[in-house]
Amino acid sequence: MSSVRVLVGTRKGAFVLESDGRRKDWKVTGPHFGGWEIYHVKGSPADPNRIYASQSSSWFGQVVQRSDDGGRTWEPVDNRFVYDGEPGTHRWYDGTPHPWEFARVWHFEPSLTDPDTVYAGVEDAALFRSTDGGRGWHELSGLRRHPSAPGWQPGAGGMCLHTIIVDPKNENRILTAISAAGAFRSEDAGATWTPINRGLHSDVLPEPEAEVGHCVHRIAMHPSDPSVLFMQKHWDVMRSDDGGDSWREVSGNLPTDFGFTIDVHAHEPKTIYVVPIKSDSEHYPLEGRLRVYRSRSGGDEWEALGNGLPQKDCYVNVLRDAMSVDALDQCGIYFGTTGGQVYASADAGDTWAPIVRDLPAVLSVEAQTLP
Amino acid sequence: MIRVVLPAHLRALARVGGEVSVEVDGDVTQRSVLDALESRYPVLRGTIRDHVTHRRRAYVRFFACERDLSHDTPDVPLPPAVATGAEPFLVVGAMSGG
Repeated sequence: MSSVRVLVGTRKGAFVLESDGRRKDWKVTGPHFGGWEIYHVKGSPADPNRIYASQSSSWFGQVVQRSDDGGRTWEPVDNRFVYDGEPGTHRWYDGTPHPWEFARVWHFEPSLTDPDTVYAGVEDAALFRSTDGGRGWHELSGLRRHPSAPGWQPGAGGMCLHTIIVDPKNENRILTAISAAGAFRSEDAGATWTPINRGLHSDVLPEPEAEVGHCVHRIAMHPSDPSVLFMQKHWDVMRSDDGGDSWREVSGNLPTDFGFTIDVHAHEPKTIYVVPIKSDSEHYPLEGRLRVYRSRSGGDEWEALGNGLPQKDCYVNVLRDAMSVDALDQCGIYFGTTGGQVYASADAGDTWAPIVRDLPAVLSVEAQTLP
Repeated sequence: MIRVVLPAHLRALARVGGEVSVEVDGDVTQRSVLDALESRYPVLRGTIRDHVTHRRRAYVRFFACERDLSHDTPDVPLPPAVATGAEPFLVVGAMSGG
Protein backbone atom coordinates (compact mmCIF):
# COMPACT_ATOMS: atom_id res chain seq x y z
CA MET A 1 0.00 0.00 0.00
CA SER A 2 1.27 3.49 -0.77
CA SER A 3 2.08 5.81 2.07
CA VAL A 4 2.43 9.53 2.63
CA ARG A 5 5.16 11.62 4.17
CA VAL A 6 4.40 15.26 4.99
CA LEU A 7 7.39 17.57 5.48
CA VAL A 8 6.61 20.54 7.70
CA GLY A 9 8.76 23.63 8.18
CA THR A 10 8.03 25.81 11.20
CA ARG A 11 9.37 28.85 12.99
CA LYS A 12 11.26 26.58 15.38
CA GLY A 13 12.18 23.43 13.55
CA ALA A 14 11.15 20.82 11.00
CA PHE A 15 8.75 17.94 11.52
CA VAL A 16 8.10 14.80 9.49
CA LEU A 17 4.57 13.33 9.55
CA GLU A 18 4.06 9.83 8.15
CA SER A 19 1.02 7.68 7.55
CA ASP A 20 -0.11 4.76 5.46
CA GLY A 21 -2.52 5.26 2.59
CA ARG A 22 -5.53 5.48 4.91
CA ARG A 23 -4.11 8.72 6.34
CA LYS A 24 -5.83 8.25 9.68
CA ASP A 25 -2.96 7.45 12.04
CA TRP A 26 0.15 9.55 11.89
CA LYS A 27 3.66 9.23 13.25
CA VAL A 28 5.24 12.58 14.06
CA THR A 29 9.00 13.04 14.32
CA GLY A 30 10.85 16.22 15.20
CA PRO A 31 11.72 18.87 15.85
CA HIS A 32 14.67 18.57 13.55
CA PHE A 33 16.96 21.61 13.83
CA GLY A 34 15.02 22.81 16.87
CA GLY A 35 15.14 26.53 17.45
CA TRP A 36 15.85 27.39 13.80
CA GLU A 37 13.38 28.76 11.28
CA ILE A 38 12.69 26.16 8.62
CA TYR A 39 11.24 28.05 5.70
CA HIS A 40 10.92 25.04 3.41
CA VAL A 41 11.53 21.30 3.26
CA LYS A 42 11.04 19.49 -0.02
CA GLY A 43 11.86 16.07 -1.41
CA SER A 44 13.12 15.16 -4.85
CA PRO A 45 10.45 13.77 -7.18
CA ALA A 46 13.18 11.57 -8.69
CA ASP A 47 14.25 10.16 -5.31
CA PRO A 48 11.80 10.83 -2.49
CA ASN A 49 14.39 9.98 0.14
CA ARG A 50 16.50 12.93 -1.00
CA ILE A 51 15.18 15.94 0.91
CA TYR A 52 16.43 19.51 1.12
CA ALA A 53 15.69 21.77 4.08
CA SER A 54 16.25 25.50 4.46
CA GLN A 55 17.40 26.22 8.01
CA SER A 56 18.00 29.81 9.07
CA SER A 57 18.04 32.16 12.01
CA SER A 58 18.50 35.84 12.59
CA TRP A 59 21.57 35.01 14.68
CA PHE A 60 23.44 32.55 12.52
CA GLY A 61 22.14 33.00 8.99
CA GLN A 62 21.52 30.28 6.46
CA VAL A 63 22.23 26.56 6.67
CA VAL A 64 21.13 23.99 4.09
CA GLN A 65 20.41 20.48 5.27
CA ARG A 66 20.13 17.42 3.08
CA SER A 67 18.76 14.00 3.89
CA ASP A 68 19.30 10.85 1.84
CA ASP A 69 17.09 8.63 3.95
CA GLY A 70 13.72 10.30 3.97
CA GLY A 71 14.41 12.71 6.81
CA ARG A 72 15.80 10.31 9.40
CA THR A 73 19.34 11.70 9.26
CA TRP A 74 20.62 14.98 7.86
CA GLU A 75 23.87 16.42 6.59
CA PRO A 76 24.64 20.14 6.30
CA VAL A 77 25.70 21.03 2.76
CA ASP A 78 26.89 24.29 1.24
CA ASN A 79 25.34 27.49 2.58
CA ARG A 80 27.24 29.96 0.43
CA PHE A 81 24.78 31.98 -1.64
CA VAL A 82 26.82 34.71 -3.26
CA TYR A 83 25.30 36.93 -5.92
CA ASP A 84 27.00 36.83 -9.27
CA GLY A 85 29.08 40.00 -9.73
CA GLU A 86 28.16 43.36 -8.27
CA PRO A 87 24.62 42.88 -6.94
CA GLY A 88 23.55 46.52 -7.17
CA THR A 89 20.41 47.90 -5.58
CA HIS A 90 16.68 47.41 -5.56
CA ARG A 91 14.04 49.72 -4.17
CA TRP A 92 13.47 49.78 -0.40
CA TYR A 93 10.07 50.15 1.27
CA ASP A 94 10.41 53.93 1.24
CA GLY A 95 11.33 53.98 -2.42
CA THR A 96 15.04 54.65 -1.96
CA PRO A 97 17.77 52.40 -3.42
CA HIS A 98 18.82 49.55 -1.14
CA PRO A 99 21.72 47.12 -1.65
CA TRP A 100 20.86 43.58 -2.64
CA GLU A 101 21.60 41.44 0.46
CA PHE A 102 21.14 37.70 0.89
CA ALA A 103 18.90 36.88 3.84
CA ARG A 104 17.60 33.31 3.50
CA VAL A 105 16.33 30.56 1.23
CA TRP A 106 12.55 30.67 0.99
CA HIS A 107 11.95 27.76 -1.34
CA PHE A 108 13.72 24.72 -2.74
CA GLU A 109 12.52 23.17 -5.98
CA PRO A 110 14.26 19.89 -6.73
CA SER A 111 14.54 18.84 -10.37
CA LEU A 112 11.87 16.47 -11.60
CA THR A 113 14.48 14.07 -12.97
CA ASP A 114 17.79 14.52 -11.12
CA PRO A 115 18.00 14.34 -7.31
CA ASP A 116 21.27 16.30 -7.34
CA THR A 117 19.79 19.27 -9.18
CA VAL A 118 17.81 21.69 -7.07
CA TYR A 119 16.77 25.32 -7.44
CA ALA A 120 16.72 27.74 -4.51
CA GLY A 121 14.62 30.89 -4.37
CA VAL A 122 16.14 33.40 -1.99
CA GLU A 123 15.65 36.77 -0.31
CA ASP A 124 16.76 39.29 -1.58
CA ALA A 125 15.18 37.92 -4.69
CA ALA A 126 17.38 35.70 -6.81
CA LEU A 127 17.45 32.19 -8.20
CA PHE A 128 20.28 29.79 -7.39
CA ARG A 129 20.89 26.25 -8.61
CA SER A 130 22.96 23.36 -7.38
CA THR A 131 23.79 20.42 -9.64
CA ASP A 132 25.71 18.44 -7.01
CA GLY A 133 23.15 17.83 -4.33
CA GLY A 134 23.63 21.15 -2.57
CA ARG A 135 27.41 21.02 -2.30
CA GLY A 136 27.70 24.21 -4.33
CA TRP A 137 25.28 26.97 -5.35
CA HIS A 138 25.45 29.20 -8.38
CA GLU A 139 23.19 32.11 -9.17
CA LEU A 140 21.20 32.13 -12.40
CA SER A 141 21.77 35.83 -12.49
CA GLY A 142 19.81 36.63 -15.63
CA LEU A 143 16.74 37.08 -13.47
CA ARG A 144 18.30 39.53 -11.03
CA ARG A 145 19.91 41.34 -13.95
CA HIS A 146 16.57 41.94 -15.63
CA PRO A 147 16.32 45.65 -16.50
CA SER A 148 13.35 46.04 -14.16
CA ALA A 149 15.22 44.70 -11.11
CA PRO A 150 16.47 48.04 -9.70
CA GLY A 151 12.79 48.95 -9.35
CA TRP A 152 11.73 45.79 -7.51
CA GLN A 153 10.42 46.41 -4.02
CA PRO A 154 9.96 44.03 -1.05
CA GLY A 155 6.63 42.76 0.15
CA ALA A 156 5.89 42.74 3.87
CA GLY A 157 7.85 39.51 4.33
CA GLY A 158 10.91 40.73 2.48
CA MET A 159 11.87 40.71 -1.18
CA CYS A 160 11.64 36.99 -1.64
CA LEU A 161 11.67 34.64 -4.59
CA HIS A 162 9.16 32.15 -3.22
CA THR A 163 7.77 30.19 -6.16
CA ILE A 164 9.69 28.06 -8.66
CA ILE A 165 7.92 25.84 -11.18
CA VAL A 166 9.82 23.72 -13.68
CA ASP A 167 7.72 22.71 -16.67
CA PRO A 168 7.49 18.90 -16.56
CA LYS A 169 7.30 18.76 -20.36
CA ASN A 170 10.19 21.13 -20.98
CA GLU A 171 12.76 21.55 -18.21
CA ASN A 172 14.19 24.61 -19.96
CA ARG A 173 10.97 26.44 -19.13
CA ILE A 174 10.99 27.78 -15.57
CA LEU A 175 8.52 30.07 -13.82
CA THR A 176 9.34 32.11 -10.75
CA ALA A 177 7.44 34.58 -8.62
CA ILE A 178 8.78 37.36 -6.45
CA SER A 179 7.10 39.50 -3.82
CA ALA A 180 6.64 42.21 -4.84
CA ALA A 181 7.97 42.15 -8.39
CA GLY A 182 5.64 39.61 -9.99
CA ALA A 183 5.98 36.52 -12.13
CA PHE A 184 8.77 35.78 -14.59
CA ARG A 185 9.35 33.02 -17.14
CA SER A 186 12.50 31.63 -18.69
CA GLU A 187 12.55 29.50 -21.84
CA ASP A 188 16.29 28.83 -21.72
CA ALA A 189 16.85 27.09 -18.36
CA GLY A 190 17.13 30.33 -16.43
CA ALA A 191 19.53 32.32 -18.60
CA THR A 192 17.05 35.02 -19.63
CA TRP A 193 13.68 36.03 -18.23
CA THR A 194 10.47 37.73 -19.29
CA PRO A 195 7.94 39.30 -16.91
CA ILE A 196 4.57 37.56 -17.28
CA ASN A 197 2.17 39.86 -15.47
CA ARG A 198 -0.21 41.05 -18.19
CA GLY A 199 -3.71 41.19 -16.79
CA LEU A 200 -2.66 41.70 -13.18
CA HIS A 201 -4.07 44.79 -11.54
CA SER A 202 -2.73 46.22 -8.28
CA ASP A 203 -4.24 49.43 -6.99
CA VAL A 204 -1.26 50.03 -4.71
CA LEU A 205 0.95 50.69 -7.74
CA PRO A 206 1.12 54.13 -9.35
CA GLU A 207 0.49 52.30 -12.62
CA PRO A 208 -1.94 49.51 -11.55
CA GLU A 209 -1.26 47.37 -14.62
CA ALA A 210 2.50 47.87 -14.67
CA GLU A 211 4.71 45.19 -16.20
CA VAL A 212 6.35 44.49 -12.81
CA GLY A 213 5.70 45.39 -9.18
CA HIS A 214 2.80 43.06 -8.39
CA CYS A 215 2.78 41.13 -5.14
CA VAL A 216 2.26 37.61 -6.43
CA HIS A 217 1.90 35.27 -3.47
CA ARG A 218 1.89 31.85 -5.13
CA ILE A 219 1.49 30.17 -8.52
CA ALA A 220 0.33 26.58 -9.00
CA MET A 221 0.24 24.34 -12.05
CA HIS A 222 -1.03 20.85 -12.83
CA PRO A 223 1.68 18.80 -14.55
CA SER A 224 -0.71 17.51 -17.22
CA ASP A 225 -1.17 20.98 -18.71
CA PRO A 226 1.67 23.41 -18.02
CA SER A 227 -0.03 26.12 -20.05
CA VAL A 228 -2.70 26.54 -17.36
CA LEU A 229 -1.52 28.44 -14.29
CA PHE A 230 -3.32 29.54 -11.17
CA MET A 231 -2.19 32.46 -9.04
CA GLN A 232 -3.03 33.79 -5.61
CA LYS A 233 -2.03 37.42 -5.78
CA HIS A 234 -1.97 39.75 -2.77
CA TRP A 235 -5.57 40.44 -3.67
CA ASP A 236 -7.20 38.49 -6.55
CA VAL A 237 -7.11 34.87 -7.63
CA MET A 238 -5.96 34.72 -11.24
CA ARG A 239 -5.70 32.18 -14.04
CA SER A 240 -3.66 31.97 -17.20
CA ASP A 241 -4.39 29.62 -20.10
CA ASP A 242 -1.32 30.60 -22.10
CA GLY A 243 1.58 29.83 -19.78
CA GLY A 244 1.47 33.24 -18.15
CA ASP A 245 1.30 35.44 -21.26
CA SER A 246 -1.98 36.81 -19.96
CA TRP A 247 -4.06 36.46 -16.81
CA ARG A 248 -7.71 36.89 -15.93
CA GLU A 249 -9.33 37.12 -12.55
CA VAL A 250 -11.21 34.02 -11.34
CA SER A 251 -12.03 35.15 -7.79
CA GLY A 252 -15.73 34.69 -8.60
CA ASN A 253 -17.82 34.16 -5.47
CA LEU A 254 -14.94 33.97 -2.98
CA PRO A 255 -15.86 35.90 0.17
CA THR A 256 -12.47 37.62 0.03
CA ASP A 257 -9.84 37.15 -2.62
CA PHE A 258 -6.87 37.99 -0.41
CA GLY A 259 -4.77 34.98 0.53
CA PHE A 260 -1.38 33.40 0.28
CA THR A 261 -1.59 29.80 -0.88
CA ILE A 262 -3.12 28.04 -3.88
CA ASP A 263 -2.80 24.45 -5.05
CA VAL A 264 -4.20 22.02 -7.63
CA HIS A 265 -5.78 18.59 -7.11
CA ALA A 266 -3.40 15.78 -8.07
CA HIS A 267 -5.75 14.17 -10.61
CA GLU A 268 -8.21 16.89 -11.59
CA PRO A 269 -6.32 19.68 -13.36
CA LYS A 270 -9.16 22.17 -12.98
CA THR A 271 -9.82 21.53 -9.29
CA ILE A 272 -8.03 24.17 -7.24
CA TYR A 273 -7.87 25.20 -3.60
CA VAL A 274 -7.33 28.50 -1.81
CA VAL A 275 -7.65 29.68 1.78
CA PRO A 276 -9.30 33.11 1.77
CA ILE A 277 -7.86 35.53 4.31
CA LYS A 278 -9.77 38.61 5.44
CA SER A 279 -7.46 41.37 4.22
CA ASP A 280 -3.90 42.51 3.69
CA SER A 281 -3.63 43.64 7.30
CA GLU A 282 -6.07 41.20 8.93
CA HIS A 283 -4.29 37.93 8.24
CA TYR A 284 -6.97 35.53 9.47
CA PRO A 285 -10.10 33.88 8.10
CA LEU A 286 -13.37 35.76 7.83
CA GLU A 287 -15.65 35.56 10.89
CA GLY A 288 -13.21 33.31 12.74
CA ARG A 289 -14.17 30.37 10.48
CA LEU A 290 -11.33 28.47 8.87
CA ARG A 291 -12.45 27.36 5.44
CA VAL A 292 -10.68 26.10 2.37
CA TYR A 293 -12.41 27.04 -0.87
CA ARG A 294 -12.45 24.62 -3.79
CA SER A 295 -13.25 25.32 -7.40
CA ARG A 296 -13.84 22.37 -9.71
CA SER A 297 -13.94 24.62 -12.76
CA GLY A 298 -10.52 26.22 -12.54
CA GLY A 299 -11.88 29.27 -10.78
CA ASP A 300 -14.90 31.61 -10.85
CA GLU A 301 -17.18 29.18 -8.96
CA TRP A 302 -16.08 28.27 -5.45
CA GLU A 303 -17.44 26.13 -2.63
CA ALA A 304 -16.53 26.45 1.05
CA LEU A 305 -14.99 23.40 2.76
CA GLY A 306 -15.07 23.57 6.54
CA ASN A 307 -16.10 20.12 7.70
CA GLY A 308 -13.66 19.28 10.49
CA LEU A 309 -12.02 22.72 10.55
CA PRO A 310 -12.64 25.19 13.40
CA GLN A 311 -15.74 27.26 12.63
CA LYS A 312 -15.51 29.77 15.44
CA ASP A 313 -12.83 31.86 17.12
CA CYS A 314 -10.14 30.84 14.62
CA TYR A 315 -7.69 33.60 13.72
CA VAL A 316 -4.72 31.83 12.16
CA ASN A 317 -3.08 32.40 8.81
CA VAL A 318 -2.06 29.92 6.13
CA LEU A 319 1.17 30.99 4.44
CA ARG A 320 2.06 30.64 0.78
CA ASP A 321 4.12 27.46 0.98
CA ALA A 322 1.90 25.81 3.59
CA MET A 323 -0.45 23.78 1.36
CA SER A 324 0.27 20.60 -0.57
CA VAL A 325 -1.44 17.61 -2.13
CA ASP A 326 -0.58 13.93 -2.29
CA ALA A 327 -1.08 11.74 -5.36
CA LEU A 328 -2.98 8.81 -3.90
CA ASP A 329 -6.08 7.70 -5.82
CA GLN A 330 -8.25 9.69 -3.45
CA CYS A 331 -6.25 12.94 -3.46
CA GLY A 332 -5.12 14.16 -0.04
CA ILE A 333 -4.88 17.87 0.77
CA TYR A 334 -2.73 19.24 3.58
CA PHE A 335 -2.20 22.68 5.02
CA GLY A 336 -0.52 24.20 8.04
CA THR A 337 -1.37 27.30 10.03
CA THR A 338 0.47 29.98 11.91
CA GLY A 339 -1.24 28.53 14.99
CA GLY A 340 0.73 25.31 14.61
CA GLN A 341 -1.97 23.01 13.28
CA VAL A 342 -1.50 20.78 10.26
CA TYR A 343 -4.82 19.67 8.80
CA ALA A 344 -5.32 16.81 6.38
CA SER A 345 -8.16 15.78 4.14
CA ALA A 346 -8.08 12.28 2.63
CA ASP A 347 -11.11 13.00 0.44
CA ALA A 348 -10.06 15.98 -1.66
CA GLY A 349 -11.23 18.51 0.89
CA ASP A 350 -14.70 17.23 1.79
CA THR A 351 -13.68 16.48 5.39
CA TRP A 352 -10.69 17.52 7.46
CA ALA A 353 -8.90 16.43 10.61
CA PRO A 354 -5.82 17.74 12.35
CA ILE A 355 -2.66 15.64 12.17
CA VAL A 356 -1.05 17.81 14.84
CA ARG A 357 -2.42 20.82 16.69
CA ASP A 358 0.42 22.41 18.59
CA LEU A 359 3.51 22.83 16.46
CA PRO A 360 5.30 26.17 16.19
CA ALA A 361 3.90 28.46 13.49
CA VAL A 362 3.89 26.50 10.23
CA LEU A 363 5.81 28.04 7.33
CA SER A 364 5.67 25.23 4.79
CA VAL A 365 4.00 21.89 4.08
CA GLU A 366 5.06 19.44 1.38
CA ALA A 367 3.39 16.07 0.86
CA GLN A 368 5.27 13.13 -0.64
CA THR A 369 3.51 10.06 -2.00
CA LEU A 370 5.65 7.00 -1.40
CA PRO A 371 5.34 3.62 -3.12
CA MET B 1 45.58 25.87 21.89
CA ILE B 2 42.86 28.50 21.79
CA ARG B 3 39.67 27.63 23.65
CA VAL B 4 36.43 28.68 21.99
CA VAL B 5 32.96 28.51 23.49
CA LEU B 6 30.17 28.37 20.91
CA PRO B 7 26.47 29.04 21.45
CA ALA B 8 24.27 25.96 21.74
CA HIS B 9 22.88 26.12 18.19
CA LEU B 10 26.36 26.23 16.67
CA ARG B 11 27.58 23.42 18.94
CA ALA B 12 24.69 21.33 17.63
CA LEU B 13 25.47 22.28 14.05
CA ALA B 14 29.15 21.42 14.45
CA ARG B 15 28.26 18.32 16.46
CA VAL B 16 30.49 19.24 19.37
CA GLY B 17 29.81 19.52 23.07
CA GLY B 18 31.24 22.12 25.43
CA GLU B 19 34.35 24.02 24.45
CA VAL B 20 36.34 23.42 21.32
CA SER B 21 40.05 24.03 20.89
CA VAL B 22 41.82 25.26 17.78
CA GLU B 23 45.45 25.73 16.87
CA VAL B 24 46.43 29.17 15.62
CA ASP B 25 49.68 29.97 13.87
CA GLY B 26 51.03 33.46 14.43
CA ASP B 27 49.10 36.28 16.06
CA VAL B 28 46.00 35.31 17.98
CA THR B 29 43.30 37.62 16.67
CA GLN B 30 39.58 37.37 15.97
CA ARG B 31 40.40 36.69 12.35
CA SER B 32 42.98 33.98 12.99
CA VAL B 33 40.81 32.24 15.58
CA LEU B 34 37.74 32.29 13.34
CA ASP B 35 39.83 31.16 10.36
CA ALA B 36 41.05 28.20 12.40
CA LEU B 37 37.59 27.47 13.75
CA GLU B 38 36.01 27.46 10.27
CA SER B 39 38.85 25.38 8.90
CA ARG B 40 38.27 22.70 11.52
CA TYR B 41 34.46 22.97 11.38
CA PRO B 42 33.54 24.05 7.82
CA VAL B 43 29.83 23.86 8.65
CA LEU B 44 30.30 27.04 10.71
CA ARG B 45 31.27 29.08 7.66
CA GLY B 46 28.75 31.84 7.17
CA THR B 47 27.13 31.39 10.58
CA ILE B 48 29.40 33.68 12.62
CA ARG B 49 30.64 36.04 9.92
CA ASP B 50 29.72 36.72 6.33
CA HIS B 51 31.16 34.35 3.74
CA VAL B 52 32.55 37.09 1.55
CA THR B 53 33.15 40.20 3.66
CA HIS B 54 34.00 38.28 6.85
CA ARG B 55 32.05 40.89 8.80
CA ARG B 56 30.58 39.63 12.07
CA ARG B 57 26.89 38.80 11.75
CA ALA B 58 24.75 41.44 13.39
CA TYR B 59 23.33 39.19 16.12
CA VAL B 60 26.65 37.59 17.07
CA ARG B 61 28.97 39.03 19.71
CA PHE B 62 32.52 38.18 20.80
CA PHE B 63 33.45 38.25 24.50
CA ALA B 64 36.61 37.31 26.39
CA CYS B 65 38.03 38.09 29.82
CA GLU B 66 34.75 39.82 30.75
CA ARG B 67 35.12 42.28 27.87
CA ASP B 68 32.99 42.81 24.78
CA LEU B 69 35.39 42.54 21.85
CA SER B 70 32.70 42.64 19.18
CA HIS B 71 33.70 46.01 17.81
CA ASP B 72 37.44 45.48 17.85
CA THR B 73 38.91 45.20 14.40
CA PRO B 74 39.53 41.58 13.37
CA ASP B 75 43.31 41.88 13.39
CA VAL B 76 43.70 43.32 16.88
CA PRO B 77 45.44 40.76 19.14
CA LEU B 78 43.07 39.04 21.55
CA PRO B 79 43.85 39.30 25.30
CA PRO B 80 46.98 37.36 26.34
CA ALA B 81 44.87 35.06 28.53
CA VAL B 82 43.02 33.90 25.40
CA ALA B 83 46.29 33.41 23.53
CA THR B 84 47.70 31.26 26.35
CA GLY B 85 44.51 29.23 26.70
CA ALA B 86 43.83 30.47 30.23
CA GLU B 87 40.54 32.03 29.14
CA PRO B 88 38.15 31.06 26.34
CA PHE B 89 37.03 33.18 23.41
CA LEU B 90 33.24 33.35 23.60
CA VAL B 91 31.00 33.45 20.52
CA VAL B 92 27.63 34.60 21.80
CA GLY B 93 24.21 34.89 20.20
CA ALA B 94 22.89 38.34 21.06
CA MET B 95 20.04 38.55 23.54
CA SER B 96 17.54 39.32 20.80
CA GLY B 97 15.94 37.76 17.78
CA GLY B 98 14.13 34.46 17.90
